[in-house]
Amino acid sequence: MADIIFDTTAVHAALDRMAEAITGKSGKKNRDTTVYLIGIERGGARVADEIQKRLETAGRTVARGNLDISFYRDDLDTIGANPEVRPSNMPFDIDGKNIWLIDDVLYTGRTIRAALGELFDYGRSASIHLAVLLDRGGRELPIAPDVSGLNHAADSGCSVKLLCQGGWHIEQRRVKS
Amino acid sequence: MSASFKHLFGIAQLSRQQIEHLVHLGESFIELSRRSVKKAPTLRGKTVINLFFENSTRTRTSFEIAGKRLSADVINISASTSATKKGESLLDTGETLAAMQPHVLVIRHSISGACEFLADFLPDTSIVNAGDGAHEHPTQVLTDLLTLHVQAGGVAGKTMTIVGDIAHSRVARSHLLAAQKLGYKVRLVAPKTLLPRGIEQFGCEVFHDFDAAIPGSDVLYMLRMQTERLTSNCCFPSIREYHEAYGLNAARLALAADDCRVMHPGPMNRGVEIASEVADSARSHILDQVEHGVAIRMAVLTALCGNSPESSPSPRSKRREKAESAMRAQGKLL
Repeated sequence: MADIIFDTTAVHAALDRMAEAITGKSGKKNRDTTVYLIGIERGGARVADEIQKRLETAGRTVARGNLDISFYRDDLDTIGANPEVRPSNMPFDIDGKNIWLIDDVLYTGRTIRAALGELFDYGRSASIHLAVLLDRGGRELPIAPDVSGLNHAADSGCSVKLLCQGGWHIEQRRVKS
Repeated sequence: MSASFKHLFGIAQLSRQQIEHLVHLGESFIELSRRSVKKAPTLRGKTVINLFFENSTRTRTSFEIAGKRLSADVINISASTSATKKGESLLDTGETLAAMQPHVLVIRHSISGACEFLADFLPDTSIVNAGDGAHEHPTQVLTDLLTLHVQAGGVAGKTMTIVGDIAHSRVARSHLLAAQKLGYKVRLVAPKTLLPRGIEQFGCEVFHDFDAAIPGSDVLYMLRMQTERLTSNCCFPSIREYHEAYGLNAARLALAADDCRVMHPGPMNRGVEIASEVADSARSHILDQVEHGVAIRMAVLTALCGNSPESSPSPRSKRREKAESAMRAQGKLL
């Protein structure tokens, strides 16, 4: 059984808040006013697209990259090779940049750990901040978001997903009791 | 996952979905090799042994690079430096290496079916066929499919014209099998002495005149003249005569459509099956094939290491018996 826990209006309001928070925390430290957004495929890349639109409307320059962390996961033995891998795309040099890492739903933190590993292979950024659309709790690693659009404590038997068909919304589904 | 398999012996065992999955996975690995830090931790803690009983540069190197860029530990053994020189059988070499617990054994051998033979005997190791006799060379064909996917938007409905030493070519055989699964056409061009009898059963067109086969081809796939495999019952005139009749030069390439692509699995013999002017032209995808070869081998290693084998092996004595009866049936010690 699936419940819509955040509807389209709530998701759009959250994206607005995220864009504002990212603007507030970006570009004050140095002369480079570009905001570097890196989305985690797939959901995080879609969220990053939306934030990019909002930042550009507000007059900020945005550089975008995407990461697919499939090859950096720690569970190849248990789940096998991901059949839907997308190539990572990093059109700018991350050395010395202040990076915003964007994902849709933050849960155990393992995806973020893998993404950090991959980012380090691309170079040495000045800083990396994490912005997520929804923090659902349940962390297994010492990782916390700098910006989260929405918060919802879901228990471990539930799957929480961002769905983008027919207006963005977030759905919670019980997968095991 | 339904796409999983423990060994990769050949294209014959793969479904269309499995082939497409490997090509897709390979495509996502291309980018990794273009980064400044060419390393991902995917296969950390896995061991890959390359066991090559025949010479090879690109296949062995690309398996090695593929494994290393994914953080696997890769060991290379070539027959000329191994204990086979001291009289050890293939079976004993295989069993010895398997006792060192590698995850993957990549094997090239001059005997067709060598990989299946060993796989029966090594229950805990995934085996990849890197070319067995004139049988199959699956990773080369997957590489070609990736190159055509990236450069030509796929193979479905296309016509690939394979030219040269079909009789000794495991690549040609693997392409004939892949063509039936993925829906492309294969034309074979060779003198009669370099064509195996009954090859038409694979549903390909056969030509003896190269010029007649060129119009309508989307890919001209040149094979190396395998002079080391030519035997006395396989008549071959001279290199010069062969080049005149079956070599790809600029004049012949002019007969092809403008978007016709030139491919070659390597190593090339310039001036024999392909002229330098063609090999170095903009229509040649030979170096793309080499680059994509690394990506495909990353995909194959990842796909094999991503499955936890759930076999319960039969006792060693039983397996040994089975292998020995297989060798008796063959009438030779392997």
